[in-house]
Amino acid sequence: MNTGKILCSIAIMAGTTYLIRVLPMVIFRKKIENPFIKSFLNYVPYAVLSAMTFPAIFESTGSTASAAVGCATAVVLAYLGKGLLTVAIGASAAVFAAQLIGL
Amino acid sequence: MKKEEFLQGIRHGIPICLGYFSVSFAFGMTAVIQGLPLWAAVLISLTNVTSAGQFAGLNLMIDGGSAVELVMTTLIINIRYFLMSLSISQKVEEKMTIRQRCAISFGITDEIFAVGMQYPKALSAAYMAGLICTPVLGWTLGTLCGGAITSLMPQSLTNALGIALYGMFIAIIVPPFRKNRAVLFTVVLAAVMSGLISCISALSFLKGGWSIIIITVIVSIIAALLFPVKEEEGEGS
Repeated sequence: MNTGKILCSIAIMAGTTYLIRVLPMVIFRKKIENPFIKSFLNYVPYAVLSAMTFPAIFESTGSTASAAVGCATAVVLAYLGKGLLTVAIGASAAVFAAQLIGL
Repeated sequence: MKKEEFLQGIRHGIPICLGYFSVSFAFGMTAVIQGLPLWAAVLISLTNVTSAGQFAGLNLMIDGGSAVELVMTTLIINIRYFLMSLSISQKVEEKMTIRQRCAISFGITDEIFAVGMQYPKALSAAYMAGLICTPVLGWTLGTLCGGAITSLMPQSLTNALGIALYGMFIAIIVPPFRKNRAVLFTVVLAAVMSGLISCISALSFLKGGWSIIIITVIVSIIAALLFPVKEEEGEGS
């Protein structure tokens, strides 16, 4: 691959990604008042994050079993109200331990 | 005040930064192993700041995909940012200038969006700048380190860190369960639909970016119809 083609490809990727991000920010500058749209936007974060987490989380480690252990650990820690970093590290540690015992 | 908010943003960005480091480390390793020069891998991370989109783009670049393919793939995988950016546009301070809006748009990722939406106040440009800069730094440095040291980490450690970002997502979506049944409903319905789409092979054309968009729209509409948010709750989430 030559440098020109690489730079061109990177520019295309970066440009497309940026446009997707910037358009709504520039277009919707007033507060939306419609109660339905407000409710809709209120639930968007949870729906997006849930759809991205499941079922992808079960393929995020070396095995489904270790990922399931990590996932369960994360859900319990999160339900107990632990912070982002604690939950992330707790899940990783659980996966690591599960791998050690051969899951 | 501005400086305070900036520093608070930096603090809130640190967990994201750590999570990003391991993922972009993997991206750097993959890119260099597949034959991309290290500087290009780092430049992709710095200018795109998106995981799935970059991995897909990398594959296309290596396979010699056309510009149209590159645009379409990036668009489909990253179109969810459109909804996230729309949500963020409703949560930023109303006085935020166009220039500031354009600047912070650059850093709207899944995790920055998630943390931003959790912030109890309207988002200021200073807070967003802080919240964005540590993760972008972690993302770029991770790629650099991963590309430079292609195989120092033992496999078991990279595997274990693979779950870290999902752990963060869970830390955001689960705690509201206790007080808010509507959120529980939204999360479970989205997870079930996502699981079904990945199981049913007839729906495999929806995999990747489209399925997330479709699920998000359908589930959020159903939740909004069943559980309309009352005025005073509408601001936070």
